[in-house]
Parts: sequence; C-alpha cells; structure tokens
Amino acid sequence: MSQRVPGFETLAIHAGAQPDPATGARITPIYQTTSYVFNDTDHAASLFGLQAFGNIYTRIMNPTQAVLEERLAALEGGTAALAVASGHAAQLIVLHTLMSSGDNFVSARQLYGGSINQFGHSFKNFGWEVRWADAKDPDSFAGQIDDRTKAIFVESFANPAGFVTDIAALAKVAHDAGLPLIVDNTMATPYLLRPIEHGADIVVHSLTKFLGGHGNSMGGVIVDGGTFDWSASDKYPMLSRPREEYGGIVLHETFGNFGFAIACRVLGLRDLGPAIAPMNAFLILNGIETLPLRMQRHCDNALVVARHLTGHDKVDWVEYSGLPDHPNHALLQRYSPNGAGAVFTFGLKGGYEAGVRFVEGLEIVSHLANIGDTRTLVIHPASTTHRQLTDEQREAAGAGNNVVRLSIGIENAPDIIADIDQALAKA
Amino acid sequence: MNHDAYCNEHIAGILNSVRTIAVVGASANVARPSYFVAKYLIAKGYTVHPVNPGQAGNEILGRPVYASLADLPEPVDMVDVFRGSDAVPGVTDAILAMEPLPKVVWMQLTVRHDESAARLEERGITVVMNRCPKIEYARLSGEIGWNGVNSSVLSSRRPELRSGYQSFGIRR
Ligand SMILES: Cc1ncc(COP(=O)(O)O)c(C=O)c1O
Repeated sequence: MSQRVPGFETLAIHAGAQPDPATGARITPIYQTTSYVFNDTDHAASLFGLQAFGNIYTRIMNPTQAVLEERLAALEGGTAALAVASGHAAQLIVLHTLMSSGDNFVSARQLYGGSINQFGHSFKNFGWEVRWADAKDPDSFAGQIDDRTKAIFVESFANPAGFVTDIAALAKVAHDAGLPLIVDNTMATPYLLRPIEHGADIVVHSLTKFLGGHGNSMGGVIVDGGTFDWSASDKYPMLSRPREEYGGIVLHETFGNFGFAIACRVLGLRDLGPAIAPMNAFLILNGIETLPLRMQRHCDNALVVARHLTGHDKVDWVEYSGLPDHPNHALLQRYSPNGAGAVFTFGLKGGYEAGVRFVEGLEIVSHLANIGDTRTLVIHPASTTHRQLTDEQREAAGAGNNVVRLSIGIENAPDIIADIDQALAKA
Repeated sequence: MNHDAYCNEHIAGILNSVRTIAVVGASANVARPSYFVAKYLIAKGYTVHPVNPGQAGNEILGRPVYASLADLPEPVDMVDVFRGSDAVPGVTDAILAMEPLPKVVWMQLTVRHDESAARLEERGITVVMNRCPKIEYARLSGEIGWNGVNSSVLSSRRPELRSGYQSFGIRR
C-alpha cells in the first residue's frame, strides 16, 4: 500500500502543476491579478482566519507562485515552501521568523558577498547580530552559540569559491544546541544536493540563479524541511505562542510540520511585503523543468574548463572541488557525486590588473554580477560583488585581489575555452 | 494494516465514502485545530456531530454538541478522534459499544494507539492514525498547494471543482 515515489526529473516537470481548473490550460497560467473574489463573508473570514486554504491577495499568495512553491518543496524533499521576490528577501523572512532584537545567529563566513553585507550591516539595524564562523571547521560554530542564538546559516557550495560544506556535521552542531540549520542551496541546486536529506531544517535559494536558469527573473524561496520541533523550547515564539491577529491560533500546533513555511508567509511576507511577481514565478517554473539537463551540462562544461585552466601558464591556481586533487574533493563525492556545479574561481599570476584586463578582453563570456545563466559569466569579485568588504573579509570569503570567478554556461565547451584563451593572451 | 504509511487511493476512498462524522474532542475555541477541522469538513459537505462532555447542550459551528458517542442522534460513518493517545483506549471502548459501528475511526495527527487500532480492526473497522482529515482532503484535492504545501500528488487530470470559488473536491 505504499505510494510510488517519482524521480527528480519527473518532479521537476510535474510537481504542483495540475491542469488549470477553469480552462484546462496545461502550462501553469500567469495569474496576473492582485486579488480574488470571496464566495461570501464566511468564506472571507475562513481565509483571513487561516481556516481554509486559498488565495486572498497577491502580496501573500498567488496561484502561479503556489505552483512554484510546491515544485520546490517537492524537489528539496520539504513539506512546504514560500516563494518571494529575491534570494535576499528569503533570507530576511527566514530570520525575521526566528529572531527578535538582541538575538544572534552563527553564519559561515564563506558566503556570497551580498549576504555578508545583509547579515553584517542591514540586520544590525534590527538588532540581529551575526557571528561568523569557519565553514571548514564545524566546531568553530559551537563556540559562538549562547542562549540568544537562534540559528546556524551556511551555503551548501559557498559562493564564490565553491567550497563544499559538511552539512551533516553542521546539522549535528545545530541540533545539539537545539537550533535549526539553514542552508542556502543556490549554488548546488536540489539536482546536485538536497540539504534536508543531510539534516538541514530550512533551505533557502536565490531562484535568480540556476533554478530560473536563464538570467531573466529575480526570485527567492524558503523550503520548510518539516523536521524541526519549534515548540521544544520557548525560543521561537512566532511559532509556539498564540498569534493575536489570527484569533489566538498557535502556528506550529495548527500547521504541524509545515508551520514554519506558513509562519513565513502569514507573518513575514504579509508584513514585510517582498512578494514575487507572477510573471517571474512563471518564468522560473519554466526554467525548473529543464534543471536536471542544464545542471548536468553546467557541471560537465565547468570541469572541462577548470581542467584546461589548470594547465595554463597565466593561471596561478584553480579552485574547483570537481578537480580530483582539490582538498574538498572527498566531501564533494559524498554530498554531490553528479558534479561540483558551474561556479569556480581561479587566480591570475598578474594579480588585480591582469584580472581587470582578462574580464575586459572576453568576447562571448559576459562580464556581469550574476551566476547561473545559460551563458558563461565572469566577474572579478574584488572590484565588484566583494568590493564593500575589507581585504581581510575578501580573503576569508575566497575573493582576494587576483581572483576571477566564472559561472560556466551550457554553450559548446570548446567555444568557451577559445574565448577564455584569447582573453588570457591579453591579460 | 500498515499504519506507518497509507497510499493516496486508500485515504481518498475513505474521504469519498463517508458522509457523517462524529468529532470527539471538538473544541468551542475558534483558535483550536479541532474547530478548524470541523469547520472545513462542514464546508466540504460532511454532516458533523461535535462530541464534547464539557460543551454538551451548547452549539459548535451551529451544530448541537453531544456528551458522548452514545448520545448521537443518528449512526455515523466515521469517528474523528481529537484526544491524546492515552485517551484512545477509553474512546475505543465507547466506539465498540456503538450500534451500528462506524466504518472508519480516524485519529488525528500525533494520535496513535496500535493496541486500540487492532481491537477496532478486529471488528471490521478501518483505522487511520496520526493524520488529519483536513490536511488529507486538501492534499488529495490539490487545495493544499495553494499555500505552498507539498501535496506529493502529481496529476495531469482535471481538478474536481466544487461549487463557489476556490473549492476542490477529491477525484474519484
Ligand atoms: C549564494 C547566493 N545566495 C543568495 C543570493 C542573493 O539572491 P538574490 O540576488 O536573488 O537576492 C545570491 C545572489 O547572487 C547568491 O549567489
């Protein structure tokens, strides 16, 4: 009597998407509407009181967005998800649901530069303190935890260097302290790695990257693993205490193992407001249908390019965990045997100046501040994404002055290499 | 009967066959899950009889509340148990004294008592444990996806529309 479990490729196409009930449209329509007619006042009251499932207002939910959410919950092996306007919005809403002024969270310092800014600067204004730890050393997190600590945050593959995090080891540190582990899985995607299977409780993504995959839409998502007991302590009052504005219901008790995702929606998204545009949800859904094919090609191309650069005389070093002699290769084999993703860094012997000449000399590869496009992308982090950090923070984040970051696309690999070679010749 | 996992067809079959449901432990407090569930089941067309000795004689959701299963005014197809696992043996005694017996006994999320389940099953009653009929209804109909919850159901078939906006039924 057990239920057949569909494969990842099938979920990527079907999860969450029944034919449109009104028209039979097979592709999820773009529900470009702000609001939804109630049947009567009792129906409205049930929706507002969280007593019925359904749509009220697109700041809180939308039918196109809902398909995207269910798709991502299925792909990550979670119980529920909430899609929002960007990856940064996802991080904001997760921490808003867990933290109050005076609380802290411990984060790996190996992070996307924008997240280092968000955590270290903007969150400080809310009275949320970030404490940095070293993703290479799970014990360095334990030492930072005190009774006001609310969560641990890491990236699965850290941007920009692609460092692979030992998620199971960090889940143990978090759970031993009664805390949830939050993993930003943007760089790996659930095709390569599903953090919840390794003990993560919450997964966030910038959908702007590989999930959308075509460089056309901003988006973010929060996936609830359904694993954490929010009522085991008094640390998470948004989940474990009655909510006045919803007639006194307790969200964890009422919604059980998807209570965290509901809390993020009906408290965080409702009040902070970063809703995803229905059009963007639609475009990202289209991207996700081909994620398994694209992601494998991204990985295969990246490995070919990384190998080529390793032997190049202008190149000092290549940091790609897909290369067998990389110190992280064993962790990669354990967590992501299908590949090491598309993003990696290399160092130019000519330093900062060579980095600038290289990015300016490329013809096909695009110089821009993004990753996870079908196109191959390049950036010199020291002069762009990681510019606002100190030299010390840049080094710690793997974004020193001679570092170039590539996000390898799904073009013809020899064409990518040819463009890189001609630009290196000028660097 | 394996109570660790139920297949979708089994649960859908139950929810599409029962019509009358006694909710044991129904709360008059609008913030309690038992109130939510009863309200949802009524909206889906089930006849719901609240059972709660503390509220006997009062009304919940416009329905008279009964002190015990023995007081119900008509036979019911299903008993939905909103009591802690340790109260289940006593509720089981009361169910087995009903005449006629219900076809289904459903124990809510977190409620499980294997010994009682075996006693009920011996008498031909179908038992579901540690599940919520509202969540299962919303999951199998597709409604739960509107709030981003993973239904674990894939389908290329037409959703079953009920009357009014935003109401799905469970496909047969
Ligand atoms: C790993 C990672 N997390 C989060 C973000 C932030 O996402 P967004 O730009 O969608 O806000 C990014 C963006 O570059 C990223 O690379």
